[in-house]
Amino acid sequence: MSLVKVIIDNIEVEVESGTTILNAARKIGGSVVPPAMCYYTKLEGSGGYCRSCLVKVAQGSAKDPRPMPKLVPSCRTTVQDGMVVQNITSPEVMDNRRAITEFLLLNHPLDCPVCDQAGECHLQDLSYVHGLEETRTTEERRTFEPIDIGDKIKLNMNRCILCYRCVKVADQLTDQRVHGVLGRGDHSEISTYILKAIDNDFSGNMIDVCPVGALTDKTFRFKSRVWYTNPMDAHRECSKCGGKTVLWMKGDEVLRVTGRKDKYGELEEFICNDCRFEKKNPNEWIIEGPRKIERHSVISQNHYEKLLIEENNPKIKIEK
Amino acid sequence: MAKQILLNNINVPGLASYEVYRKLGGYSAVEKTLKNYTPDEVTAEVKKSGLRGRGGAGFPAGMKWGFIDKSTDNPRYFVCNFDESEPGTFKDRHIGQLNPHQLIEGMILGSYALGARSSYIYIRGELFYVLRIIEKAIDEAYRNGFLGENILGSGYSLDLHCHPGAGAYICGEETALIESLEGKRGNPRIKPPFPAIVGLYNCPTVVNNVETIANLPWIMNNGADAYAAIGIGNSNGTKLISACGHINKPGIYEIELGLPVKEFIYSDEYCGGILNGKKLKAVVAGGSSVPVLPAELILRTANGEPRLMSYESLSDGGFQSGTMLGSGGFIVMDETACIVKNLLTFSRFYHHESCGQCSPCREGTGWIEKILYRIESGKGSMKDIDLLTDIAKHIEGNTICPLGDAAAWPVASAIRHFREEFEDHIKLQRCPLSK
Repeated sequence: MSLVKVIIDNIEVEVESGTTILNAARKIGGSVVPPAMCYYTKLEGSGGYCRSCLVKVAQGSAKDPRPMPKLVPSCRTTVQDGMVVQNITSPEVMDNRRAITEFLLLNHPLDCPVCDQAGECHLQDLSYVHGLEETRTTEERRTFEPIDIGDKIKLNMNRCILCYRCVKVADQLTDQRVHGVLGRGDHSEISTYILKAIDNDFSGNMIDVCPVGALTDKTFRFKSRVWYTNPMDAHRECSKCGGKTVLWMKGDEVLRVTGRKDKYGELEEFICNDCRFEKKNPNEWIIEGPRKIERHSVISQNHYEKLLIEENNPKIKIEK
Repeated sequence: MAKQILLNNINVPGLASYEVYRKLGGYSAVEKTLKNYTPDEVTAEVKKSGLRGRGGAGFPAGMKWGFIDKSTDNPRYFVCNFDESEPGTFKDRHIGQLNPHQLIEGMILGSYALGARSSYIYIRGELFYVLRIIEKAIDEAYRNGFLGENILGSGYSLDLHCHPGAGAYICGEETALIESLEGKRGNPRIKPPFPAIVGLYNCPTVVNNVETIANLPWIMNNGADAYAAIGIGNSNGTKLISACGHINKPGIYEIELGLPVKEFIYSDEYCGGILNGKKLKAVVAGGSSVPVLPAELILRTANGEPRLMSYESLSDGGFQSGTMLGSGGFIVMDETACIVKNLLTFSRFYHHESCGQCSPCREGTGWIEKILYRIESGKGSMKDIDLLTDIAKHIEGNTICPLGDAAAWPVASAIRHFREEFEDHIKLQRCPLSK
């Protein structure tokens, strides 16, 4: 692999050829990273749908310095040597991102007060940075008839932004996909084939990859707001997956188990449904300590420290 | 009488049968080409003819063929895009229904040039009766040795299949067509890679429009120079125009590119003037997705030159004062037509046909339709007009495939040229043209 030099928002970075603009920006980090609502590093062929990561290519490459005629999806465009990319430095990109946010919110129910995803929702983050203060639409939002997709996962189609991540999880992680996108246009919906339940050892990962509250954990439903819980890194011996998880605890109760997400909200490792849904007793886990949560996240406002947790909850023992 | 390439024999009874087509000189291009030309020479000939894609974008066909990846050992595919479903466009159906052998002959020539051993005609699901006609014609071609193993003893073999879609407009977009042909959901792919590199079954593929392909036999029979001699500027050859709306003689006309628009609308040879002697108000020149132009701009360009039916002349002035030749769906509106209502019809179509993959098109097309419905039914407000412009601006260019552009252009152009009519709807709280 040869290395290529790219300039993103006036910052030069060297990456392997074949890297996408998005991943080159992630290598720089900070505010030059475009938001990604549908791209997911671990899912092959993801990205390109939500258009929130569109960036401007001011110079195609050192060989061919022409700018690209349209904004390009940074998650699906590979870098060329000498490419010059504008993200937050381009007013055009920022204006479009505002519009994309508006499109994504257009039919979104905005029911954050009753949504389990609130606090860890990518759409919330996106609208916080790029959204308008008030809505420009007076039209009725489209709604779907609720359908039941099984006893573990709750589907709320009204919140879905059709990122196709869950479809790709089912395609690439499970042995058979029983759900997909039915219909067309703004009436396309995530649905199962003839009301089949989604039941597979790894189907729970659909919840973790969902950027919004369209797929949530039924075992955690309405139990607590995430920012009232203490996320703890934990692991256990598991025959199906790596067993490395985060326990979302309140007192000495495990309210929810999820995979470990990095700062872009992507899972470090997929976990199995046993770990996710069945192991809610803290004694079944070896707790490593508090999960590091980004400072800006609402979850981190719930200051939790190792000592404090042990004092208040004598049952929990944190491995040194 | 203008030069006729595609509709020359169209009124001969029984043209759809092999015997009649053969008697009129059909399949002579295949005989000539397989004997005297190498595949690369066919490509060179098509390049020289200046034939441009007739599906709407007007991309030079020979150049498109030149992009095909010849470095791999993978099979190559040649696909005919028969998913004609743009409102106002109904030219391909005419060829498929009445002269299927000309299309098949073109398919053989194109497949030979590209080195394809299997080729497909992807036909719109609603045109099932045309599928039957084409399948019968394919059978006849097989029986007479123009398809199958070792065609005419040349050593070249080709299998041709006709595949019906399920009636989705989006499957006219070439990568969505390929997905659909593979049996998947008809979602456009993200480009690059382009089909010439990674196409059908991940193999190099060229997708061409029916009319483009139907031109190939004539080009090979008469030579590239003869074809290039027809037309004007970079718009070579003839074009099928499906004319509809408020005209005396709606129908399908073959014109030499370069015909003045005025002559096309008013001469008795073509549209025969506006219905009931009314005044021309607006024209959508190339199928519903191209910008609408008011009467003064469709007859003359902004520079005062007469507007011609050609790729260059129609797009003269950019989208400020021009439009596109597009697919040749020529929709004429007289003074009784309501632009807002017409636009609402188009927008409803694009809302219905958006595949829902990328957010600007999925959400934006529905939003546009709802706002237009409000304005047309007298419940709009003045800021809705600017909102429409803003939505259209942010759909355009931000989507995976051109359907988003196609949905945005009519909106932007209607407001650009007919803003007063929108304002009247809002002021009067009803359509000013309705009684």
